[in-house]
Amino acid sequence: MFRLEARPQPSKLWIGISPILAVLATMVAGGFLFAALGKDPFISIRMIFWDPLFGEFASYYRGQLLTKAGPLILIALGLSIGFRAGIWNIGAEGQYIMGALCGAAIGLAMYPLDAWYIFPLMVLGGALGGWAWAMIPAILRNRFGTNEILVSLMLVYVAEKILAAAALGLLKNPEGRGFPGSRNLANWASSANPDLIAGTGMHWGVVAAFIAVIGSYVLMQRHLIGFQINLTGQSPRAAMFAGVVPAKVVAFTLGLSGALAGLAGLFEVTGPAGQISIDFGSGYGFTAIIVAFLGRLNPFGILLAGLLLALTYIGGNVAEQEGLPAAAIQAFQGMLLFFLLAFDLLSNFRIRLAHSSVSKKEAV
Amino acid sequence: MDLSAINPLALIASLIVASTPILLAAIGELVVEKTGVLNLGVEGMMIVGAIAGFAVSVNTGNPWLGFLAAMFAGAMLALVFAILTQYFLANQVATGLALTLFGLGLSALMGINYVGKKPPSFPKLDVQFLTDIPIIGQAFLNHDYMVYISILLVAAVWYFLKFTRTGLVLRAVGENHDAAHAIGYNVTFIRVLAILFGGACAGLGGAYLSLISVSSWTEGMTAGAGWIALALVVFASWKPWWIIIGAYLFGGVTVLQLNLQAVGVTIPAVYLSSAPYVVTILVLVIMSGGRSSAPASLGRVFHASH
Repeated sequence: MFRLEARPQPSKLWIGISPILAVLATMVAGGFLFAALGKDPFISIRMIFWDPLFGEFASYYRGQLLTKAGPLILIALGLSIGFRAGIWNIGAEGQYIMGALCGAAIGLAMYPLDAWYIFPLMVLGGALGGWAWAMIPAILRNRFGTNEILVSLMLVYVAEKILAAAALGLLKNPEGRGFPGSRNLANWASSANPDLIAGTGMHWGVVAAFIAVIGSYVLMQRHLIGFQINLTGQSPRAAMFAGVVPAKVVAFTLGLSGALAGLAGLFEVTGPAGQISIDFGSGYGFTAIIVAFLGRLNPFGILLAGLLLALTYIGGNVAEQEGLPAAAIQAFQGMLLFFLLAFDLLSNFRIRLAHSSVSKKEAV
Repeated sequence: MDLSAINPLALIASLIVASTPILLAAIGELVVEKTGVLNLGVEGMMIVGAIAGFAVSVNTGNPWLGFLAAMFAGAMLALVFAILTQYFLANQVATGLALTLFGLGLSALMGINYVGKKPPSFPKLDVQFLTDIPIIGQAFLNHDYMVYISILLVAAVWYFLKFTRTGLVLRAVGENHDAAHAIGYNVTFIRVLAILFGGACAGLGGAYLSLISVSSWTEGMTAGAGWIALALVVFASWKPWWIIIGAYLFGGVTVLQLNLQAVGVTIPAVYLSSAPYVVTILVLVIMSGGRSSAPASLGRVFHASH
């Protein structure tokens, strides 16, 4: 039968090819899923991957692409840096919510002032909110050795409760006739985060995502901190000998990913979402985990992966209008991660026919 | 506010019902982790079990079949995890997360036509003289069968791990997979079986949620129960009986906060409703202080290179 032979180094070729294979395999498996739901698999796949880009209403959907990819990329970049160090922040959704809440609160406190500095202050508040929320698991891990996976995830639920309370109370629009939700931040010039070029979907969050791609590339490839993070992930013992302080890596990576997630939340609440509402949490924080892996934890890979998953979101919306359930796309995204993890075998191992290698040994 | 409106016996009875889903999921995950595998997909397996059990029960009218279907569904999802982590040697954390994300999507998809339906009722342990025992009867001896099954399951797992040879082998695999392999045990196979068992238990827990404790289906209804089950294993320091104590503690917090909200305590609802999650974090902090009793091979990939 087959035998797996560990490669001394992961294969660069397969690291590049496996995401593409995973996407293709997901399309095939997704086709079966849609067929099982009684939909034409070919039309469904075309609706998700082709129509948003080249279909009848493509000019509208193309703008959505950047709007949806922006937060995904921003969050995934932060997560990928932690994942490289073996630090699993899976609570980005909570940091995203807290960032949006803090930033929005700062803005709303100054309503209806008309000043240029309000938006920058809100951005700062967004980053700080996300950072602070992510520092809870970081401090608990450093101080008590608590598992950051579970703590960061539990904090997502806490953040959702706080979000609901804020939308119904503290940040509720006083002129909203009793409806839950804050004032509309996108309609207030001082806090609005509109498309920089109309119709492209390119708001400040997308710009921030592009800057973060370059920034994290420089950090991970050209900076000592990046080296220390990579080393910690590959061999914590070697990292200690190299003088890396593990607690600092934990605090830095969790804090950074929290700040980026908080930024994503702030840009979302001032732009596409427009207001703090009970259902502001959109699942970007979880989908970004898929983006980070699909992008091979590499900044430019994450850029592409973010665009692809944004496409599946929009394609999901297109398909929903055609009667496909919205949940299908979530299952689809999960499947993508399965296939990616499966194909990763090929980058870390060679598949050999066990039979031939045994006979070789005997011949020697 | 009137705290006397809270009936302590009813509170105990409802905390047992609220705890059973996480109890079931946690005892399964405990066995999985004892073999050195960390499956973070409990939430996903639970919710798929919840809808599978619900759908089968509603369609057949038989809740037992529903529980069987939930076990099967949970185990099938676990099989995907087992294949990916044991044969494709994928990262366990990432695969577990994928399982949860996929499970949430899949369950929502499966459950579209089941929103708002009522499941068939489930038989209770209804022995008159037991129920009539003062205090204990009301609180402990008047539950549905699954409550007692879950406790028996914990006892069985405890006995299996502590007193059987297979249980010893299972623990050996979790403590040092290389040594277990060298002695000649099939590490991968033992782990796959444990993962399937964990999946079945998680599915059972999910079905308990949709069939009994909530007794309806809503999208994303597990709301973190699977993650709390994972925390519970840490809380229990991988000791079966502690799972019961931990589960009832968490269930108690959940039920108590609901009761406090209902009687209109002046604590804002946001603090009360996030209490189960905050308590989980606090418990994790307290438990991670001491010497770790986690299986030594937990989360490490095993690859027999011969």
